[in-house]
Amino acid sequence: MKVFIYIICAFLSILFFWELLIRFAEPPPYILPTPYSVLISFKENFMLIYEHALVTIIEVLIGLTVGVILGMITALTLEIFVTARLVFRPLLIFSQSIPVFAIAPLLTLWLGYGILSKVVMAILIIYFPVTSAFHDGLSQTPKRYLDLAKTMGGTPWRNLLYLKIPHSIPSLCSGIKLAAVYAPIGAVIGEWVGSSQGLGYLMILANGRVKTDLMFASLLTLGFLSITLFSLIGYLLQISLAKYVRT
Amino acid sequence: MSFASPSIELIGSVRSENEVLFRDLRLVIRANRWTCLLGSSGIGKSTVLRLIAGLPTHVKLDGSIKSDDRLSLSNRVSYMAQNDLLLPWASVSDNITLGSKLRGHKYSSEKKLKIIKKVGLIQHREKYPFQLSGGQRQRTALARTLMENTPIVLLDEPFGSLDSNTREEMIDLTFKSLKGKTVLFVTHDPHEAARLCDSIYILEHQKTTNNKGLKPPFPKTYSDKSVFDLQYSLLEKIKSKRS
Repeated sequence: MKVFIYIICAFLSILFFWELLIRFAEPPPYILPTPYSVLISFKENFMLIYEHALVTIIEVLIGLTVGVILGMITALTLEIFVTARLVFRPLLIFSQSIPVFAIAPLLTLWLGYGILSKVVMAILIIYFPVTSAFHDGLSQTPKRYLDLAKTMGGTPWRNLLYLKIPHSIPSLCSGIKLAAVYAPIGAVIGEWVGSSQGLGYLMILANGRVKTDLMFASLLTLGFLSITLFSLIGYLLQISLAKYVRT
Repeated sequence: MSFASPSIELIGSVRSENEVLFRDLRLVIRANRWTCLLGSSGIGKSTVLRLIAGLPTHVKLDGSIKSDDRLSLSNRVSYMAQNDLLLPWASVSDNITLGSKLRGHKYSSEKKLKIIKKVGLIQHREKYPFQLSGGQRQRTALARTLMENTPIVLLDEPFGSLDSNTREEMIDLTFKSLKGKTVLFVTHDPHEAARLCDSIYILEHQKTTNNKGLKPPFPKTYSDKSVFDLQYSLLEKIKSKRS
C-alpha cells in the first residue's frame, strides 16, 4: 500500500513540474502540450488508441513468450554441452554488439509490414538478457551442492533438474522481468520502422501531423502498459515460484 | 544400499602443485568405529576428507586409498559438513530424500518417516530450511545422511556452528544413529575428539601421529574426567609440535 502511495506521489510530482514548465516557458502546444490537453486527447481518441494498443500488446506477449522460451532453451544447451558453450557464447556476445535498431529495416524487408517483424524484433531484444541471466544462474550453482550430489552418485541430468535449475530460478526471474521491460521497446521499434498499426505507428503518425497531444497520449499509454506488464509478471513469478525466490 | 562397514587405509604423500602438504601420511580408519582427524584450522583436514570422499581437490595423492574388502569407495561414502548443505527451496522431507532423487531411485516413505522420527523432526517435516533453527537444520542433514545409509560416513566439523546445548544433543544423536558405520570425524576440538573416538590422528604437514583414544563405551559425557586428561595431553602434543 505504501509503495502505491509513493508511485502516485512520483507521478503527481512529474505532472506538477510539467505544468510548471508550461506556465513559465510557455512553449507552443505542438512542442509541449499541457497535461490537460493530453487527457482530453486520450479521451477523444480512446478507441483509436485502444485498437493500436491491442496490436502492440499482442506483439509484446507473443514476443515475450517465444523469446523467454528460446532464451531458456539456449541457456540449458549452453550449460549441458561444453562445445555449445565454446562455440555459441562468443557468437551470442558478438550479436549484442549490433544495435537492434540497425536490423529493424532488414526485418521489415524480410518479414513484411505485419505483426511478424515486430514479434521477431521483440524476441531479438529479450533473447540475450534471458539467456544470459538463466545461464549465469545455472553455471553459478554452488560447488558444495554439486560435491554433495557427487558423493550421492547423482547423474548429470538429475543434477540439472534437482540442483541447477531450482538454484537458477531467481536469476531466470530477473531475466524475465528485464524481458518484460524490453519487449515493448522491441515491438515499438519495429512499428516505427514500418507498419500500419500499433502504438509505435500511432506515435509516428501523430508526430507527422503535429498532433503532439495524441503522441503524448500514446506514449503514456505505452508506458502504462509496460509498467502493468512488468508488475503483473513480477507478481505472477513471485506467487508461483515463491519457494525458489525467497532465499 | 547397506553393506558391512569396511575399514579404510590411506597411505602416501599429499602434494599440491609445488609443495608437499602431508608427508608419508598413514591413516587407518577402522571398521565400525569413530576415527578422529584432529588438526588446527586451515591445515588441510577437509582436503584429506575430500580425497577419501572422491571429490575434486587442488592436491594429488601419491599413494592409495583402499578398503579392506577391496571394493571401490565410490557410492559407499556419505558426507556431512559444518554447512548443512540443505537446499533452501526444498522441504525437510524433500531434502532428506535428495540422494534417491539424484540417483533416480525410488525410496521407501516408511524408512523416511522412521528416520524423521528418529531425529525428532516429525512436526517440522514440511518446513523449509529457513524456518528451522541451527540444530534442526543439522538434524535434517543427519537424517539425509541416515537415509543414504552408506557404510562409510565422513563428518567435517558437523557440530562446529551449534550452541553448546544443541551440540550436546547432536553429539549423542549422531553417535547413536551412526552405530555400526565406519566414521571419520574431522575436528579442531580435542575435547570432541576425546569424547567420541578411540583412535585420534593429529594432522601435521611433516609427521602425522596416531594417538590412542579412551576405552569404549562412547560417547563419553562432557564431564568425564578421563576426557579432560586426554584432551590435555592432546593439546600438549599439538603445542609441542608447533614450537
